[in-house]
Amino acid sequence: MKLKLIYFIFGIFIVLYACNDNPYKQGKILYANFCANCHGERGEGLKSLIPPLLQSDYLEQHRKELPCIIHQGLKGEIEVNGRKYNQEMPAIPKLSFFEITNVLNYIQLNINQSDTKNIFTADEVEQGLKKCE
Amino acid sequence: MGAAGLAIGLMNCQNDAKSCRNQGGKLPIVGNRDITSQGDTLYPTIRAFTFTNQEGKAITNHTFQDKIYVVDFFFTSCPTICPKVTAQMLRVYERFKNNSNLLLLSHTIDPKRDTPDYLRNYAQKLGISDAQKWHFVTGEKDSLYAIANDYFSIAKEDPNTPGGFDHSGRLILVDKARRVRSFCDGTNPQEVDCFLRDIETLLKEP
Repeated sequence: MKLKLIYFIFGIFIVLYACNDNPYKQGKILYANFCANCHGERGEGLKSLIPPLLQSDYLEQHRKELPCIIHQGLKGEIEVNGRKYNQEMPAIPKLSFFEITNVLNYIQLNINQSDTKNIFTADEVEQGLKKCE
Repeated sequence: MGAAGLAIGLMNCQNDAKSCRNQGGKLPIVGNRDITSQGDTLYPTIRAFTFTNQEGKAITNHTFQDKIYVVDFFFTSCPTICPKVTAQMLRVYERFKNNSNLLLLSHTIDPKRDTPDYLRNYAQKLGISDAQKWHFVTGEKDSLYAIANDYFSIAKEDPNTPGGFDHSGRLILVDKARRVRSFCDGTNPQEVDCFLRDIETLLKEP
C-alpha cells in the first residue's frame, strides 16, 4: 500500500516535470486547437476583425489579465497597436491553469520569440485566474 | 534540345501543383448528371435565388450573369473555422480584385443576427469597401440552407456546436452556366493554392 503511494507520487512528479520541461509541446497543440482559427497560425490576426497576438502591445500592457481573457473570453472594443477591434472572443472555460500557462508561453516564447524572462509561471496564471471578475 | 529544356522548365513550374485534383485542361462539372429520354445530358445547376447584400441591395442569380463566382458560407459571430476560411476568401479577393469577370459571394447562415448592417460592418473590417465585387448576403434562413445544398455545402443550425451553427468551410467555384466546377477546403491553404489555379483555368474558358 505504502509502495503504491510512493509510485503514485513519483508518477505525478514525472508527469509534472515532463510538462514543465516542454513548455511549447502542449502549448502548440492547444494554440492550434483553440487560437489559430481566429488569430492565425503565426498570430497575425485578420485585418481589423481579429487582433494579432504577434508583436501586440495589448499583450504586454494586459499581462495580468491574459489568463482571465482566455478563461472567460472578451467582449467590447479594445485597441491593439493603434487599431480598434470589436469582435467577441469566446471563453475557453475547460482549459486548466496549467494549460493556460502553456498556451500563453507558446504565444510568448514561440510566436513572439520573447525573452525567457517573460515566461509565465503556473503560479502567476493560477493567481491571475483567482482575480477573474 | 531546346524543347527538352523548355519541357523540363515547364515541369518545374508545375511541380508544386502536382498534388492538385485538377491537372490543367478543362475543369469537370461537379455533381451527378441526368440523361433525358432524348439523350441530352442535364448537369446540376444552382437554383435561382434572391438575397440581400451588405448595402441592402437585392442580389440575385442575374447579378452573376456572364460572371464566374466563388461562394462560401459563414456567420459573423463564428468562433471556429470562419475566420480561417475568410482569410482564404481574402486571398481569392486580393488575387482577382481587378478582374471584373470574377465575383465573390459569402452567405451568412445566421440571418437572424447577420443583418445587412452587421454584414457591412464585417466587410468593412476586412477592408472590403467595394460591395460590387464581394457580396455578403443574408436572407430567408430556409433559402440560405437550401442553396447551400446546391453548392455541395452544409449549413444548418446545431446547438451542440460552438457558435450554434454547423457548416462546411468549403470554397466553391461556379461557372457562367451556374454549374459548380471546383471546390476546396477553405481551411487548408494548400488546397486553396490549387483552387486559385482552377479559377485561372475557368477564367480562360469562353
